[in-house]
Amino acid sequence: MSCAENDKKIVVCRCEEITLDEIRLWIDRGCETVGELRRVLRVGMGPCQGRGCQDIIMRELSRRIGVPIDQIEAGTVRAPVKPIKTGLLASEGGVEAWSGKTGQTS
Amino acid sequence: MEWKNRSDVLIIGGGIVGIATAYYLAKFGRKDVTVIEKSTVCNGSTGRCGAGIRAQWGTEMNCRLGIAALDIFESLEEELGMDIGLNQGGYLLVAYSDKEFENLKKGMALQNSLGIKSRAVSLSEAREICPALDASDAAGFTYHARDGHADPFLTTFAFLEAAKKLGVTYHKNTECTGVTVKGGRAVGADTSRGHMDADIVINCSGAYSQIVAGFAGVDLPNWGERHEIMITEPVDGGVCPPMLMSFSGNYYIQQRPHGSIICGMSPAGHPQDFTNRTTWQFVTEMSRVLNKLLPVTKEIRVVRHWAGLYDMTPDGSPIIGETDVKNFYHSTGYSGHGFMLAPIAGKVLAQQLTGNVPDIDLSMLDYRRFARGELILEPNIT
Repeated sequence: MSCAENDKKIVVCRCEEITLDEIRLWIDRGCETVGELRRVLRVGMGPCQGRGCQDIIMRELSRRIGVPIDQIEAGTVRAPVKPIKTGLLASEGGVEAWSGKTGQTS
Repeated sequence: MEWKNRSDVLIIGGGIVGIATAYYLAKFGRKDVTVIEKSTVCNGSTGRCGAGIRAQWGTEMNCRLGIAALDIFESLEEELGMDIGLNQGGYLLVAYSDKEFENLKKGMALQNSLGIKSRAVSLSEAREICPALDASDAAGFTYHARDGHADPFLTTFAFLEAAKKLGVTYHKNTECTGVTVKGGRAVGADTSRGHMDADIVINCSGAYSQIVAGFAGVDLPNWGERHEIMITEPVDGGVCPPMLMSFSGNYYIQQRPHGSIICGMSPAGHPQDFTNRTTWQFVTEMSRVLNKLLPVTKEIRVVRHWAGLYDMTPDGSPIIGETDVKNFYHSTGYSGHGFMLAPIAGKVLAQQLTGNVPDIDLSMLDYRRFARGELILEPNIT
């Protein structure tokens, strides 16, 4: 089996089931940061939010672009960081402070 | 990509609007086109949007643009040769009072007169369209099956890759720092990578368009309005296949083909803002709205929450066309709907700039309408 064939079987992001082959393809198309790869492949966008794959992706970016890993831009960390049930979130707070009460449109 | 000092057309902004415009310009024969983007493709509003596409509008102009855009979206994968994540689950609009339902039906009559096959549906039919829906307090619904969702990233990338094949040059990490005007004409722009001469400059910088317009001394009445949005973990399909949306209820919710549920609402007071910060209050209130409408979502987890900017105008309709500075064009002010309207807006502006007959006459979207007091007020926005 060739390397390229093997890359199609190596799953880097388990949440979104993204393979090494797909990551390499998009790096070759010009992606230079984790954020750019997220946008096209959803890598690191699943329930684990990149805990399992971000280091692997950054290493791959570093190798393929030829830039030291400390100069590769990591992805933005988004709230709520760990997945939280909406039912629990809904029980927090008490005022409709954000929308200024429903019924408002622009 | 190597920097060159000249381009026939220079487009400022690497979101869907700028990139679709570049693609159509090249397609219609104007191939020396450069797009500059201060960050990376889709980093602004395009990549942060709710991804909906629809023709259920309240003004004739938006209806015409909306249905023409749907026609394009439906043939885009074939035209561009790449997946755009199209999923037409319809838009199900919810009214909470008889008056609001009358307004939706008024919009529906306008839509029907323009060939858009939207229709009023009963609560039981609404539940067939959206099985998990609990909206017994609703006064009525309208539905248009061809509305839905496309992936903003995949769509923009598909336009960009196709544009590059036609000869378009794209520079990321390149910020516009000035627009050069000589004798009342735009003749180029200054950027963080150097100057570029151009015969035509097009401002497609979304919420930042007012700043770029100001470089040329053009006073553009648009601004950024921060909105927040969140997405859940992927779950089995059938929770919310259509885009469920209410103007008075102030929400839009849709399950993506991938299984995750994306939802957002408008902020109080519609704050002018250029930051993409998020607030805890949004996720708690959005969760309450979500749980009330779709009780099954209580057990579903939120995984991400982010913010993006609506590029607002005083009437909620876009600004498209030339300005008082000759050869300085705008395609901006989509007021939260740039993604869904960009394919047709880009096509029509490109038709104008290549001497072709435009599919739709956009002259009423001229920015001088605000000074003349001729607002095109769009009722169907959140």
